[in-house]
Amino acid sequence: MNPIIPLLILCLPLLGFLVLGLLGHKMSHKAAGWYGVLSMGTTMVLAYITAATYFFSNDAAFITEAGNRLQHIIFNQDWLQFTDSLIIRLGFLLDPISALLIVVITTISFCVHLYSLGYMEGEKGFQRYYAFLQLFSFSMLGLVVATNIFQMYIFWELVGASSYLLIGFYYTRPSAVSASKKAFIVTRFADLGFLIGILILSYVTGTFDFTDFTSVQDGSSYAVALNTPMGILARFQGATFMGCSLLTWALVLIFMGGMGKSAMLPLHIWLPDAMEGPTPVSALIHAATMVVAGVYLVARLFPLYLMEEAALMFITVVGAITAFYAAVVACTQIDIKRVLAFSTISQIAFMMVSLGVARPEFHESLGYMASMFHLFTHAMFKALLFLGAGALIHAVHSNDYTAMGGLRKYMPITHITFLIGCLAIAGIPPFSGFFSKDEILSACYQQSWIWGAWMSMVAGLTAFYMFRLYYLIFWWDEPDYGHHKPHDGPWVMSLPLVFLAAVSCVAGFIPFGTLVSWNGVPYHIHIDWMGVALPSIIIAVAAIALATVMYRKKNSLPEKFAKASCGLWTAAHNRFYWDEIYLFITHKIIFNGICRPIAWFDRHIIDGSMNGLAWLAQRLSITIRPLQSGSVQAYVYIYLFGALLLGAITTACVLL
Amino acid sequence: MEINVLYYLLPSLVMFCCGIYGFLTRKNMIAMLISLELMLNAVDINFTVINRFIYPDGQEGMFFSLFAIAIAAAETAMAIAIIINLYRVNKNVDVRDANKLQG
Repeated sequence: MNPIIPLLILCLPLLGFLVLGLLGHKMSHKAAGWYGVLSMGTTMVLAYITAATYFFSNDAAFITEAGNRLQHIIFNQDWLQFTDSLIIRLGFLLDPISALLIVVITTISFCVHLYSLGYMEGEKGFQRYYAFLQLFSFSMLGLVVATNIFQMYIFWELVGASSYLLIGFYYTRPSAVSASKKAFIVTRFADLGFLIGILILSYVTGTFDFTDFTSVQDGSSYAVALNTPMGILARFQGATFMGCSLLTWALVLIFMGGMGKSAMLPLHIWLPDAMEGPTPVSALIHAATMVVAGVYLVARLFPLYLMEEAALMFITVVGAITAFYAAVVACTQIDIKRVLAFSTISQIAFMMVSLGVARPEFHESLGYMASMFHLFTHAMFKALLFLGAGALIHAVHSNDYTAMGGLRKYMPITHITFLIGCLAIAGIPPFSGFFSKDEILSACYQQSWIWGAWMSMVAGLTAFYMFRLYYLIFWWDEPDYGHHKPHDGPWVMSLPLVFLAAVSCVAGFIPFGTLVSWNGVPYHIHIDWMGVALPSIIIAVAAIALATVMYRKKNSLPEKFAKASCGLWTAAHNRFYWDEIYLFITHKIIFNGICRPIAWFDRHIIDGSMNGLAWLAQRLSITIRPLQSGSVQAYVYIYLFGALLLGAITTACVLL
Repeated sequence: MEINVLYYLLPSLVMFCCGIYGFLTRKNMIAMLISLELMLNAVDINFTVINRFIYPDGQEGMFFSLFAIAIAAAETAMAIAIIINLYRVNKNVDVRDANKLQG
């Protein structure tokens, strides 16, 4: 494949960032905004061309005679050479998941660029906003096409930085500033684990390249040859550190980076606060693309994870707990963006669980495909929900559902598209979420009925809280809107909503199994109607019915439930006090217990010894100060005495 | 009577000691400058005499003296300039009043 198009996919957003960042202040809002939209639109078209070429061209570089999809490196430039074999390269890797992700990223990014023309209209720093969006798109595209884990790490940090910049976009608001710092510090802390994992892995194998880590030897199994890095890793499985093999440590540490970016428990605390950023940013970064980077990372290294059952088990457990926790919290939040944020955490945890339960023995690693499928559908409908929420916030000027209600009459487009998003996430056929969630649940049931039942319960909760939100916004009780009745946004805001809603309606029918699978071997998705699909539909419908009863019309049922829940509601409303726990740990234990003694040591011992030296020098100089009397003849006396003394000593030495 | 090196060195020693004594005891800066010159000239004599009697083949001592004389002239000019300036401040040339540089 000609490397020009892939190169342009990366370069156009970077160029956009530079142009808007450096020259943006000279452009009008309109020019800067449309430049960003056009740049992203071109990138999107190029990404579609690339993905279509990869999936459908039947080129021998992409697909074998038997129909197995291959990993293809389009270009790979040496960038930093440590030793003959340990080289960091920058390149472009095309395989099913990277082709999928560039499509997702550019589509959502384009929608968000277009939508922001309306949403951010007249904001101070409009050009800066577009520059940051371009920077983010560039970083995210660089992340997904990385040919080696170090390139991924570089872009991983870049998306973190651009996320920081965009969360803190309203830098005059203290809450936005602290939210951006929180996001950066928490994810940075997690990236420390990621970096250590990379170092262990590259130390053991002597390579960074994904193709070396993940090459599948023959089409169906992951037999490892001893001379490949995977073979070396297999040999290192014996080496242990604190009861776990070195490989387990590396994989769990790498997953820790993913936990930070994907907001898994206990590193989830930054994501709800990240909603301080502009809503389109939440749609792009904190719902659709950046937060799934952790899932993508695990998927990218999936053959390695397959070698270590314990690491996959860890992922499953973390994902399952997070999914349930976030779903419960989402049921009690007032801020609609926070509901969506917790819903995002929960859905990403779905993907993680799906990867965690995937095994080649069970139906060709169904979980892997299901996870990627859900990543795709979730990106579409969650971006839709966030953009819908943005339209609501734009109309009502408040984030809380208490300021909304009865909006279905005033904002019909937003209402219908939001409803489609809710139906998709709740898993009602034929919307896209049904299909991907069904695959995830099938994968869970294949691994163990415990995971299946647990995730089914979380799916039920998902349907409940989404429809709670839907009814509270669009039905419930109508507050007094005054003279300015809320209305749908301009066409630039409605068009992305309609487009994403349309995608959410049809995306479920994509034959995903033939496009994405863990080893490139295509297979056909079966929907197990009786075993999995029908019960999950029944659960979802029941949850929606419950939400309808509780929230359709204004009544006192929700309050009664909250009172009857013995404090559970309050605890969930306060997000089970995770932030307080973090504050306690950081302030009381780390600041008071560790930092204060260290500060005392610095101030009294280190500074004290330096101050003591200075004091000594000062005393000494005060003591010898009278010698400098200013009287020339006194000096001469001293000089003479010294000269005579030296003469005497010399004479004595010569004579004796 | 043969004139040997001591006939030269002893006067120069006397000159040098007179110079030191004068430099330490006189309070008039002009007088101190004269004492200084006395010491310098004693050293110059030593250079030439030692060159003449101990290393008669060389000329270094002689030239060194010439240089020292030239530099001493410049140095004297400097010293006198300083003294004149001090006189302008203090209205005298007493070294006891020139103690502004004390620590």
